[in-house]
Amino acid sequence: MLPGLTRDEILRYSRHLLIPEVGLDGQRKLKGSSALIIGTGGLGSPVSLYLAAAGVGRIGLVDYDVVDSSNLQRQVIHGTSTVGTLKVESARAKLLDLNPDVQVDAYNEPFTSENAMRIAKDYDVLIDGTDNFPTRYLTNDVCVFLGKPNVYGSIFRFDGQVSVFYAKEGPCYRCLFPEPPPPGLVPSCAEGGVLGVLPGTIGTIQATEALKVLIGIGEPLIGKLLLYNALDMSFEFVKLKKNPNCRVCGPNADVKELIDYEEFCGVPGHDHEEGSAGANWDIAATELAERVEHNHLKLLDVREPHELEISSLPNAVNIPLGQLAARLSELDSAEDMVVFCKAGTRSARALELLVSAGFKKVKNLKGGINAWAREVDTSLPIY
Amino acid sequence: MPVLKIPTPLRTYTDGQAEISVSGGNVGEAMGGLIAQYPALKPHLYNGDGNLRPFVNLFMGEDNIKDLQGLETPLPDDARLRLIPSIAGG
Repeated sequence: MLPGLTRDEILRYSRHLLIPEVGLDGQRKLKGSSALIIGTGGLGSPVSLYLAAAGVGRIGLVDYDVVDSSNLQRQVIHGTSTVGTLKVESARAKLLDLNPDVQVDAYNEPFTSENAMRIAKDYDVLIDGTDNFPTRYLTNDVCVFLGKPNVYGSIFRFDGQVSVFYAKEGPCYRCLFPEPPPPGLVPSCAEGGVLGVLPGTIGTIQATEALKVLIGIGEPLIGKLLLYNALDMSFEFVKLKKNPNCRVCGPNADVKELIDYEEFCGVPGHDHEEGSAGANWDIAATELAERVEHNHLKLLDVREPHELEISSLPNAVNIPLGQLAARLSELDSAEDMVVFCKAGTRSARALELLVSAGFKKVKNLKGGINAWAREVDTSLPIY
Repeated sequence: MPVLKIPTPLRTYTDGQAEISVSGGNVGEAMGGLIAQYPALKPHLYNGDGNLRPFVNLFMGEDNIKDLQGLETPLPDDARLRLIPSIAGG
């Protein structure tokens, strides 16, 4: 039986009650419904704000991170006053201020194969607002196994994607992406950047889809993928079909329980800020500082040219990662060389490329130029 | 002439080009031409056995070529092909 609305709630939601497609029944459905939002970052911010404002009775937030000032360019649920505090607590306070009538469950833990089924089982819908492939595959599989819709959204620079993956009625995430891309092929937002307003657009569309699913109105994006580009201001749709060979929702599925998603994707289950090439190949910023003083060392900067305007190291040669394979002849494999980027991820890939091309005397600056700015030259900005 | 839209993460390998004119009797031939023009794209799109890698989604219009005739899908003159990337940011 649907819960009733109080006098105050009728006033609060009056603009919904006026819409025939929502009305009193729809609003009562929302009050009796629940949504679990994975990630309280760029996408999770607008999703949770709009679901709370709309009166979704119970909202779960999963995140284990703390608010960083570099989040505030897009993660509008947090604020300068909550930098350094837990994201789920920062978000819960904002949501309860916006709407004290909703229940907000904060899960200050990573979403993993161990806890995901327990956390997700009592929610009506899951909303994927994570920042990494392992958690996206995990969220999908949890939804398939529990028979719940997965409101998917994903962003990169100016591009966004939205769909509703619901294996009972259409394809799942794995039907479209049976396998993750090889580690390192697709840059994360921490590496590649993202327009701050983009998760606002995409997250708001996810919230719209979640509300439609919860009330049971309209045509949710089941079997359709929205492709948005902010630069072109283009909204395009493609059709998605159930993949008969899908390993998790197909007729011959062989994945019957949650797996090790970090192993499956070959990357950690978080948008790792600091990259490493492995202990044997890494050099710490402080050690590099000593070696630069005493030895002749070639410094290879594999960042994009526009990043050099933010910070740079003297005498470093710049070859962006994407051009490295074609420009190897500019480098001398007999020379001692240290490769660096912003935080060590792209340089670790550059190092792999160099080693496979026969370079032996190469090291990766662990933590990139940002580590240098923290530990060696504090006059440099961190970005 | 058919065009192929390149997703942002792969534009590093196409000199920043977002749309590339392609030609050929079918989708596979068009992709072959694309690779000939931008060889750095090949390892990102193809396996060693010459098939598209499983995470690569190539659509013609609204349809995944996997739901058509794969790389054998005939290529009309006004075809709009697009690669849909796996992106994970949030």
